[in-house]
Parts: sequence; structure tokens; C-alpha cells
Amino acid sequence: MSKKSFRQAINEALRQEMRRDPRVIVMGEDVAGGHGGTSGTVDAWGGVLGVTKGLLTEFGEDRVLDTPITEASYIGAAAGAAATGLRPVAELMFVDFVGCCLDQIMNQAAKFRYMFGGKARTPLVIRAMFGAGFNAAAQHSQALYPLFTHIPGLKVVVPSSPYEAKGLLIEAIRDDDPVIFLEHKVMYDDEEEVPDEAYTIPFGEANLTREGDDLTIVAFGRMVKLANEAADRLERQGISCTVIDPRTTSPLDTDTILDCVADTGRLVIVDESSPRCNMAADISALVAEYAFDALKGPIRRVMPPHTPVPFASVLENLYLPSVEKIEAAVKAAMGHRVPEIA
Amino acid sequence: MQIARETLLRSYRAMRTIRDFEERLHVEFATGEIPGFVHLYCGEEASGVGVCANLTDQDTIASTHRGHGHCIAKGVEVAGMMAEIYGRRTGVCQGKGGSMHIADLSRGMLGANGIVGGGPPLICGAALSHKTLKDGAVAVAFYGDGASNEGTTLESLNLASVWRLPAVFVLEDNGYGEATGASYACAGSQKARAGGFGMPYLECDGTDFFAVHQAAGEAIAHARAGNGPVMLHVHLARWYGHFEGDAMTYRAAGEVAAARADHDCLTIFRTRVTQAGLLDGTELDDIDSAVRDEIESAVIAAKQAPLPEAADLLADVYVRY
Amino acid sequence: MNASITPITMPKFGLAMTEGKLAGWMVRPGSRVKAGDDLADIETSKITNAYESPAAGILRQVASDGETLPVGALIGVLAEDDVSDADIDAFIARFAAEFATDEADGQEAAPAEPTVIDVKGRALRVLDLGHGDAPPILLIHGFGGDLTNWMFNHAALADGRRVVAFDLPGHGGSAKDVGDGSPAFFAGVAIDLLDHLGIGKAHLVAHSLGGAVALALAWQAPDRVASLALIAPAGLGPEINMDFINGFITADRQKTIQPVLGYLVHDKSLIGRKMADDILRYKRLDGAVSALMQIAATCFPDGRQADDLRPVLERGGIRALILWGEDDEILPVRQSGGLPPAVTIDILPGVGHMPQMERAADINRTIGTFVAQ
Repeated sequence: MSKKSFRQAINEALRQEMRRDPRVIVMGEDVAGGHGGTSGTVDAWGGVLGVTKGLLTEFGEDRVLDTPITEASYIGAAAGAAATGLRPVAELMFVDFVGCCLDQIMNQAAKFRYMFGGKARTPLVIRAMFGAGFNAAAQHSQALYPLFTHIPGLKVVVPSSPYEAKGLLIEAIRDDDPVIFLEHKVMYDDEEEVPDEAYTIPFGEANLTREGDDLTIVAFGRMVKLANEAADRLERQGISCTVIDPRTTSPLDTDTILDCVADTGRLVIVDESSPRCNMAADISALVAEYAFDALKGPIRRVMPPHTPVPFASVLENLYLPSVEKIEAAVKAAMGHRVPEIA
Repeated sequence: MQIARETLLRSYRAMRTIRDFEERLHVEFATGEIPGFVHLYCGEEASGVGVCANLTDQDTIASTHRGHGHCIAKGVEVAGMMAEIYGRRTGVCQGKGGSMHIADLSRGMLGANGIVGGGPPLICGAALSHKTLKDGAVAVAFYGDGASNEGTTLESLNLASVWRLPAVFVLEDNGYGEATGASYACAGSQKARAGGFGMPYLECDGTDFFAVHQAAGEAIAHARAGNGPVMLHVHLARWYGHFEGDAMTYRAAGEVAAARADHDCLTIFRTRVTQAGLLDGTELDDIDSAVRDEIESAVIAAKQAPLPEAADLLADVYVRY
Repeated sequence: MNASITPITMPKFGLAMTEGKLAGWMVRPGSRVKAGDDLADIETSKITNAYESPAAGILRQVASDGETLPVGALIGVLAEDDVSDADIDAFIARFAAEFATDEADGQEAAPAEPTVIDVKGRALRVLDLGHGDAPPILLIHGFGGDLTNWMFNHAALADGRRVVAFDLPGHGGSAKDVGDGSPAFFAGVAIDLLDHLGIGKAHLVAHSLGGAVALALAWQAPDRVASLALIAPAGLGPEINMDFINGFITADRQKTIQPVLGYLVHDKSLIGRKMADDILRYKRLDGAVSALMQIAATCFPDGRQADDLRPVLERGGIRALILWGEDDEILPVRQSGGLPPAVTIDILPGVGHMPQMERAADINRTIGTFVAQ
């Protein structure tokens, strides 16, 4: 056990699974450091954010593959390889690039098993970074987990911390279904205690990062951190919150969400994805249908506006959910009259 | 190249099976009993069979929306295919895939594909599996002239060359992407495309089993030996419409009739083997009659087979959820 | 500071505790208490525990029920009648000011953390607390446990004495190889650990399956054992609750493990989500479940305990104390019967299988007295 960053936790998960199972391979743009450069440097990059650095030197070019910048062919190749005996972990760099390879994910990998009458296994993991907060603007900042969650046949993981990331990624690699594993780009340097050994965290079981009596907050990925901070502040003001990190949006631990809403009677959902048809909408519908009688007041959602992610910091800050916005939403859900936060 | 007698008999049987399977579907589809839509492979039999005669169950193929022929050529069971097309629980995909999604991974058949250009990236992956697992197998992507223009195909040609994959790209060029002619839709030349990606290019007459078998044999041997991918351009004619019900008003009168009369791969094969004394006509007649019975019983069985059950709707979305 | 005013502060139960919730006062304001009386229930993220009064006096409450406060914060004061309200108020104000300064300066010494050490090629996680001339204590946890099972006892027992807790192989942060999984195997590892730490002779304080390990150790190397203090030990009878053992091994979700953990304690409300989380975290480590399966297969074949270790106690020569919860649902309390009269037996009413957590203060006092003899 030692303190590890989100980046190290993911690297360690990949490394341990590659040691354990020779069928596990890693592919993506620059993941083997970038080939064909003029410096002769080996493993120069390790992916654009250095997550896969060091894998090439340990596992060699047969198992750590740089790809051309052709998402359709290599994501499709990962799907085809998964269906024929390998366990590929493909890095899509920015999840926004899914526009270039959605067919391979949505129509191919996700549907093999059902279309083929249950005879296919597609143990594929697609890692991609997501999320706003880095001034990366509209094509490099989206939180597209609802898009994947919408597609039957995919599992979708949104880890909220280094510990969670390592255990969930190992689970993803050992899983026999296609898994979309989304890493918030602002979190790569977050640190916490992470066991040195390999371990798994099952999909579809939410984690309660804190338990309270007054209100339930459901948050995803980096929003879990903000929700915890808001809950800390609220605790000091006498409002005690349960914070649910569902860990996976597909499968979704609906039981835990409904149980907690039944206990607290109030719900705030913090979702970094665009507001229409997102997880907040999905969970609101779930609670409205199955826990309506438990609700003491309206559900509140903390979400960005229905706009692309803006570039300028002042706009990006306005766009993103924040601790203050969560705090205000909780108070509003508690029936307090609070000034609106811009 | 000498082809073993058994291979000839098996190949003729496969071509005849495809022909009868498709002709029967043409008839049955018109009765309204077959749900969805089907795309027939009639006229193109020698291509799929000539290529697959060079493959084993360990080798992988990916097919297209016009996939029945490739399935049969790769050894997928005919009765199960027929039941699948009828949407029956006994179908190879339990009635959940239908005509465009027939797959049998145990036969190295990675699926027909409803998406034009869907197969080539998958075949890069299958070839990567073969290369990484060092099992000596190759992967073959069948794709049409329409798919030859898809970005996925062009990306895959590049990736296969970059990774030096044991892959063969079999371009089945029947002259039409749906209703649009290849002469309009395909710029430049396919040969130049192969050359542009640094891979060997072979072409052959797709109505001549021997030509296909010879060219595919060379291409597959090249890939299997670890020399990287090859493009095999097979020239064909499509006897039916893009889908069943297509009146083919975009084709000149007599185009299909001429193909049937002068370029029927089964006739060409029969003439060739009997004249060369490789097989005699009665052997082929016996196969014709056996295949007729097989297709007949497949249709009867499919019509009588049980429909999927309500619980099947929710099954097999995931291995575990 | 006024010497006649005693501050009551948020206690620290275990390593990880940084704050606690005052779940409820058990004494009304203005009541007189004596040292050792239960003052309040303190709820941590793991378990709720009674906090005993450190002194005598009349209680003045500072914090109210339900408040969450950092460790060391003032929750109340004890003072005699003759101390004026003004003095008490001044004391509280000064304390608050100093506490705030201390917190800001981060003056609190970093708590001792467990370390992973290599003992004959085997990684063992060890927490080594306390110093003193008295023979050290070795704490040995039970099946599926780890050194945090002693979170309410370790520091208390380490007052003036070295006390070492460790994770048995296959458990917690130790390597997951458990050999044949027998008490004799674990006893061998414990002897290796004593050698490594330079401890010749130790008091063994052991719980449940750890009790069988302690007995096996005493059998193998009686000269290394100063005394045996066994809490609900295995090895004294055939029965064992296999619903617990099998459930503990197979349950992999909150919903399935919580009912299993309920067998451990008399008051089921003690089992919280966090406790279950900690156990699931351990069980999800590669090798943990197979280690537990190996242990269960060796120690509890056919649903009964395989090792009868009564001869260790019958042989005599080592002082022994046995503590057992009367309502133990894992190992029945009747297994404490029929032992030689030299063995001291203490049955605790209203307590389940985890007396060291359920009645931490009683257990600490009893064992403290026993090892001091």
C-alpha cells in the first residue's frame, strides 16, 4: 500500500494484468511512446498523458502497439481481436474522438454477442479521457458516458479516485464484455492510498463515500470529489448527506440509489455530461417511477447548460458544476431559499 | 496448380449449395414468409468458395451484408442458417441476428455485417490475434466495391500494412454499390490503392473457380508466411438486386441475362472439370441432387422450427451484467 | 489551566480515525460520574463505541448529540461543585483557542502506521506500538480479520509495554500464501515474526482462529509464551458456524456480506457499510478468497473444526485466560467448558463473537490486569 496517482494506478493495473495474462495487449495512439521519430528515443511518450509509459519496455512491441491516427481501424481491430482470442485494451485518447469510430463500438463490439445468439465473447476495454476543466474546448472536453450507457452490450465505468480506477480497470480487463473505461483528465495527478496487489471492484455496485440522513447526492467521476467537498461544508451547517458514487453507469446500481432516496427523501444528482438524456435525467426518471412516495421535495440536478464546452476559463467555470453549485442545490432541495449561483 | 479431387468435390458442393440456398430464398422471400430483408450472393459463388478452399477453421473471415455465400463457403451449417433467416430459435444465432448477422466463431466466421465497411477493421483485429498468438492462421476480409471507398476500409489497408498483419482483403467487385455503379463511385484504381498502401495486388475473374482459387492461394500463402497483407480484386456480376425486391431499373436490359448465360460459375466449373477428366458428370449430378434435398429439408425444418421465446429477448446482451 | 477541571475530548479509536460523531450522551448534564463510567457513545466510520470517563466529577456538556468533531476536540468537562461557571467558561474558551492553534499548526504527532516487513521471504503487515520492560504482547486476529480488529485495544494495551499486531498470512496487507492453512502453519509464521522482532517471549492475545494459532504456538514453542489470553478461541470444540465461514468466503457485495457480518456481534446495528467495505476491499485483493478457502478447507473440513487443541491447556505450564461472549454465534460459548481449573474463564453476557470490539474497555482492563500479574 502506498500513495499513488490516478495515472500510476491505471498504469499499475495494466502492468499487473499484462503480467498475469499474455492475451492482454495495449494499443492506441502513442501508447508505445511513439514510433518512427527521429530521436531514436524508445517509449518517449507513453500515451499523450504518459499513462502507458514503461509498458513497452516490459512487454515489447508485440503487446504494446502504437497505432496510426485512425480510430476506426484500430478500435475495430481491438473489437475483432477481442472476438478472436486476445484481451485488448485500446486507448481512444480523448473520448470526443469516438465520432471517428462509433460504428466499431456501437454496431460491432456491443452487438456481437446478442446478434450472434450468445456465441461471441468480446473482452475489450476502451480507455479514454473525458471531462472539462483544462480549457480543452468543445472537441476535447465532453463527458460522453451517457452516450455509451445508452447502448446495450456496453459496460461503462467512470472511476472517481485512484483506488477506484485500479480495481475497476482490472475488473474491466477480466470482464468478458466490451467495457468503456472513462478517465477524467483533470484527475490524473490525484493521489490516494492504493494497494500494491492486484484487486477488483465489481461492476454495478455503488460506493457510498459518506452516509447521511437528510439528503442523497448521486455524482459521477470527478463530481464525486466535488460532492464530497460540498457534503463536508453542508455537514458543518447541519445538513448531513449520503454521497453515492455509482462507479459504473452501465450496469447501474439502481437498488442502492432507490434505498438511499427511500432513507433520505431528497435527491441531488451531479452530472458533468450535457443535460439532455444524461445520467441525471435517467436517475430522475428512475426515482420518479419507483421512489416517488419517498420524495419530500423536487429532485435537483446540477449539470452544465445545453451548450458545447467553452474554451475561456471564465466560461468553462460557469459551465461546470462546482462545490458551490452543489451546496446551493442541496439547500434548495432542503427547502431553503438560496440565491442562484451563476 | 493441382487441386485435390476432394477439394474439387467439396468446392462444387459449396457453390451448388449457395446457388440453391439463394435461389430458394428468392422464391420463399416473395411469399412473405421471411422477415426483414435479404441480399443474395447468386452469381458470385466461385469467389467465396475459391477463397475459402484455401482456409481452415482456424482462419478467420469477415463478411458483408451479402454474406450467405461466405458463411456456406466457410462451413457454417445450412439448416441453422435457413432457420436463422426464418427467425427461428434453432437458427445459428437463435433468431436474434437474421440474414445479415450470421456468424459461427467455431468455424472462423466472424459474421456477416450490416454495416458497409464493417468487416475490414475487425479483420485487422483477427489477424492481430493470429499474429500475436502465433497460431499460423490468416484473416480474410470480404468487402464490396461499395465498401472499398469506406474510410474504415482504407484505414484498415493502412493499419494492416503498418502492422504487417497476416490479412487478405478480398474485394468482391460486382460493379454496384447498391444502385450506384462502381464506375461512378470508385475513383482511381483499386490496384493503385493497394500499391499506395504498399501491399501486393492480385486480380482474377470471380466467375472462374480455378482463377479465384489460384489467386487466393497465392495471396493467402503470402500473408500466412508473415509477409504482410495482400489485396485480391475479384471481378463479379450480381444476379439479383441489391436486396430482394430491387427491380434493378438502374441496370441495362440483358446485363443480368448475359451474366447468367455466359458467366455462370457452376457451368464453367462443370465444363472445366469434366473436359479435363477431373470429375465426371454423374458425380456432379449426385451432388446437385443431394444439395436439392438438403435445401428442401432445411426449408421444411425452418418453417416448422420453434420461434424464439419471450425470455430470449433479454438473454445474451452480456456475458454477465 | 485549572487543575480541578478535566477536559473530555473526542477520543481516537484506531489509526484511521480523524473525527468522530457524538452519537449520544449517556450521562445527563450536571450528573456526577466516576472514572470508568460510560460517558457517551462515539460513532466512528467503522463502529460505535462507549467512551468511558477518564476521571470523576460533575459533567458539563460542551458538544451536543449528533455533532461530528475532530479527534481531540472538547466535548465536555468534568469539574467539582466548587468550580465556578465563569472558570469553566474560561477553561472552555482557552481550550478551544489552543485546540484551534494546534490543529492549524498540525502539531499532533503523526499516528503510527503499519509497515510491511519481510519475514523469511514472507511479506507481513505489522503494527508495533509501545515500549517498556514488561514482556511484549503479540496480538493474533481471527479468520478473515486483520490487525485493525485490535483498533480499540492495541494502544490501550501498549501503555508502558510493547504490543505487536500483525496480519496473518492470507489476510489484510500480508502476502496471500497460507501454506496448508493450518493453525500450526500460522504458529510457525508467528514464531518467525517474534524471531525477526527480537522478541524471546510474548504474551499471546488472540481471537477466534487466532486463538487456535496461539494454542498451536504454545504447543510448538512453550518457552516463547508468557501467557495466553484467548478471546472466543477456536480449537476447543468441534462446532463452528459454517454459514458464517462460507458466507464470508462467497459474499462479494455489500448486500450479501452485511448479513454474514451480523453473526459476529450481539448488537447487529454495529455492522455498518464501512466495516463491510473494508472487508470487501480485502476480499477483492487477488489471492484473498483462495487463501480463505484453503484455511477453511484445512481448519473446518466437513463443517467441523479439525484441530482439538485442548491438550495445550491440559498440559499446563502456561497461564491462560479465556474470554467469551455469551451470545457468540460463531463459536458457541459452551466450548469454554471442561477446561482445567487453572484456566481463568470470563463469560461476557450480551456479547457476541467480537468482545474486543463490543466491550473494548472491559477487555482491555481484564487483559491488562492478566498480563501484569
